[in-house]
Order: sequence, then C-alpha cells, then structure tokens
Amino acid sequence: MKTAVSSGTDRYREMRRVFRQLRRNRLSMLGLLIISFFLLCAILAPLLAPYDPVIPNFAYALRQPSPQHLLGTDELGRDLLSRMLFGARTSLGIGFISVIIGAAAGVPLGALSGYYGGKLDLFLQRGIDVLIAFPGILLAIIVVSIMGVGLENAMIAIGVASIPVYTRLTRGSVLALKEMEYITAAKALGLSDARIIIRHILPNCLSPLIVQSTFQVATAILWAAGLGFLGLGAQPPSPEWGAMLSRGRVFMRTYPFLTTIPGLAIFLVVLGFNLFGDGLRDSLDPRARKY
Amino acid sequence: MRTYIVQRLLLSVPVIFGVSLLVFSIVRLLPGDPAIAVAGVHATPAYISQVREELGLDKGLHVQYYLFAANLLRGDLGTSTFYKRPVSAILLERFPRTLELTVAALLLAALLGVTAGIFSAVTRNSIIDGAAMLASLAGLAAPVFWLALMLQLFFAVHLGIFPSAGSGTIFHLILPSITLGAASAGLLARMTRSSMLEVLRQEYITTARAKGLSETIVIGKHALKNALIPVLTVLGLQFGSLLGGAVLTETIFAWPGVGRLLVDAILTRDYPVVQGTVLVLSVSFVGINLAVDILYAYLDPRIRFDVKGGAG
Repeated sequence: MKTAVSSGTDRYREMRRVFRQLRRNRLSMLGLLIISFFLLCAILAPLLAPYDPVIPNFAYALRQPSPQHLLGTDELGRDLLSRMLFGARTSLGIGFISVIIGAAAGVPLGALSGYYGGKLDLFLQRGIDVLIAFPGILLAIIVVSIMGVGLENAMIAIGVASIPVYTRLTRGSVLALKEMEYITAAKALGLSDARIIIRHILPNCLSPLIVQSTFQVATAILWAAGLGFLGLGAQPPSPEWGAMLSRGRVFMRTYPFLTTIPGLAIFLVVLGFNLFGDGLRDSLDPRARKY
Repeated sequence: MRTYIVQRLLLSVPVIFGVSLLVFSIVRLLPGDPAIAVAGVHATPAYISQVREELGLDKGLHVQYYLFAANLLRGDLGTSTFYKRPVSAILLERFPRTLELTVAALLLAALLGVTAGIFSAVTRNSIIDGAAMLASLAGLAAPVFWLALMLQLFFAVHLGIFPSAGSGTIFHLILPSITLGAASAGLLARMTRSSMLEVLRQEYITTARAKGLSETIVIGKHALKNALIPVLTVLGLQFGSLLGGAVLTETIFAWPGVGRLLVDAILTRDYPVVQGTVLVLSVSFVGINLAVDILYAYLDPRIRFDVKGGAG
C-alpha cells in the first residue's frame, strides 16, 4: 500500500528535495532575502529604532533626510525610520495573524466539507459562495464596517476575507485524497474520522496550503495597508505603512519621501512574498505551476 | 448548453439570497444598539427612536428581513442618512461611473497583459521575456494607492499631462484606469505566457510548423485561439475583482463612483448607503462570474459536459 507521503524518512527526504530546488531558484531566494530583511527589522525594531515612533517632536517637524534622521521626519516631527521599523511589525503582524485566522477557520471547514460531503458540504459550500460573492477587499471592508475601524478589527476582517480561499483549497485536496487506497485502508482498520483527517489527510494537503499562505500573506499586507490608507485600519498614532502613506500624501509635493518610502516598503515586502511563493509552488507542487 | 445555463442560474439564486441576508445583517450586527450606532451617540432619544422605526428595528427579525427583501424587489434601498436622498437614486448616478472606470481598466489590462504575455512566451528566456515578467510582478506587488500617488506625482504634478483627480473628460480616466488595471495586467501577462507556452508544446503546433506555415500564422491563428480561452476566464473574473478594487482607486482620484461612496458612507456611518453599495457591487460580481462561466462553457465544451456528467 502506497501513501502520498507516509513515513518520517519520506517526509525528511521530500523536505530536503524542496530546499535543494528552492536554493537553485534565484528569484525565490531574492524573495526570501527580502522577507528576512523585513522580518529582522520587525523583530529588532525596539533595538534598531533611533527614536520613539509615536511621541511627537514638533521642533523637528518635516525635516528632510539627514544624518540625525536618516529617512527624515513626518509632520509631527517623528523619525520616519523609527516609524518604518515599527511599521514593519504592524504590517507583517497583520499579514501573518490574518492568514492564521483565515487558515484556522478555513482549513477545518474545507476538510469537513470535503471529507463528509453530502448536505454538510452543500451547506458549507453555499456559505462560502456567499463570501466569495464579495470581490477582493470588499468583504474585509464590510467586516470592518460592522466591527468598527481599528487594527485588531482589520486583522480579523482580512482573516475572515481569506477563509473562502482556504476552505476551497482544502476541500479540493481532501476530495482527491479521501479516495486513495491508504484512506480506505485506514477506515477499514477502524480509525476514527478525526484521526484519519488530522493524521492522514491534512499532512498531505500541506503543500498547496503552504504555497497559498505565502501569497495570502502578501495579499493580507496589501489589504491591511489599503484599509489603513482609507482610515479603516490602524488608527493614529500607531505606525502602519498604509496609514503613514495616507497621511504623507498631504505633503506629497513638498516632502515626497513621506509617501515614497512607506509605499516602497509595502511594494518590496509584497514582491518578496510573491517571489518566494512562486519558488515554493514550483518546488512543492510542480503540477500547480500555472502563472 | 441550455441545461448548463439553467443550472448555473439556479445555483446563483441561493448565493444572491445569502448576499441579501449578509447585507441585511450589516446594520443588525452593529455592536450595541444599532439605532444609536446609525443616529450617532449624541442624538436625542426622539431621533434615535425615529431611526429605529425607519430601519424597522422595532420589529421581529423575520419581519425585518421580509420588509427588507420586499423593498429590495421594488428597488427601494432606503434613504441615505447623510444625503437625505433615496439610496437607489444615488447608486443610479454613481454606478455607471464605476463601470466606466472598471471597463477602461480592464481594457487597458487586457491590452497590456495579453500582449506582454504573448511576446514573453514567443521570446521565452530572452531579455524581453525577463523584462515583461519583472514588470508583471511589479504590477502585482505595487499597492494601488501608492501607484496612484506616484502616477499623480509624475504625470500630474511634474509633467502636468493629466489631471490629478476628478472626472469629466477622457483625460481624467487615464491615471485611475492605469492604477486600477496594473495588477490585472500583471496577472494576465503571467497567465497568457504560461497558457501560450503550454499550447506551443502541443503536437498540432509542431504539425502546423512542419507544414511550413509562417510563425505569425502559427502563433496568431493556431496557438492564440486556444491559449486565450483560460485567459478570457481570468479576464472576466478580473472584471469582478476590479469592481472591489475601485474602492481605493476612486477614493484617491476623487472619482464619483460607488467605491468612494462606500468609503464615505462607512466613515459617516451612513448604513443604508453601505448596504445598498455592498449589495450592488456583490450582485454585479455574481452576475459577471455567471456570465464568465457560461462564456467559458461555450468556448470549451468539456466544461458543460463535465457538469452534465456530475463532476462539476
């Protein structure tokens, strides 16, 4: 009896193959480098930031980049570099947490839907159809409009908006896997449904889920910045790249760095996740190589 | 084909019902007393009870939904608490503007994306291919609002070629449609490239080449026709996504569409407008997806036979 990836040794071998292939993919490594850079910035922000990111210092308002303030200061005299470093915490934090929320709800729903089928599947999938009926960022905007504006609510909103992707993806994988011989054998051995799903099906659905999560973090960061830009996400004075960019546009003609720098950071981090995701997809799931 | 269309139409009914339920819930799910949330915390008790009555919040939930659905079928989406006008009248003014922007963005994305994708596939692994794919990745990664501001800064402020915001002339449409269409162009370029490469590997292309047909005929006539089928589906789906994306673009370019209306309505807590806008955008999205599915089934008969056979 053959399983997709059964024993620990097989998994270890598979992981080594994936890493080898990933290392050979230059663009993917560039993506990983960009992500690592921003992750380090986020983790080390309190050590690296030369000034407090929140407390205003009006005497230094709107200074051009200089040795004292490498990226200049904003309209309240706050050091832009310090705000960018702490902003990395916010943006990456939103990205990861909302993906965790989306996956935590979407994966079990998709697994149950695919495994049990029947009425449960029909009911759950029609629910997902309703969520999918809201294009792009709109679902997140609706959730924020109900729950109220703010960073935490934006995270939940983006998480909720990512549920359909995870549900559909997991359901599709489970539908294919549950027909495999090793699952029939597991059932015949009398293993419980929960054990079959958790121990034997979900581990073999991980590849597409990991790839999707990489792209989803990028989308979540973009959406969070979009919500922040619209005034529906992080609220002042908390440093968030989208909100910083939005405030900076008032001074766009005279102090363009206030918009250029946060925008460039969002662009780079999203690019990083997309490049890394592309490489991961090619290594983990070559059949899914589409575009 | 007719069976397929009827099936797809029937499948849309529960979705639209679900959408209407969700839209109905927007006001009802507000934390605290929804009437106070809509009227504002400083409103007088008399005004709060007036709002409660206007929104039907004093009745049972099933009665509220019945009234909501009945009004909806009559085209009555309530009255805006901010503009003091019927929501349907506001949407009738604003929605065509959003459609105008979305269609312009889609055309631009299709033109740029598909062209870049074809050239990339034909010149695989060349500098053109690398540059086109890099540009497509950049289009996908650039935040809409940042791209908008950069375009405004360069083309409106520095060069003065296009107006930085507003609407009225074709020139007002250019920067917003580039902004809105950039990500779709990137996606379409990647999609077209991979679809073309797949088709170019097929045996019938080798046969066409072996027959001595020119490369232009092979690519333009034989390969493109099949390669564009999946691209067309993505193009259709992008149309729907662009409707959602218009929220940001319209806000930045002061474009008088429903996207900007929605953001303003959320910030002014004008919930009847929030409900109406969300409903119109999502029902349009469902309609577009339905049209795309039908078009895809028409172009690729395997899809409708799959559904008949019970696989889809």
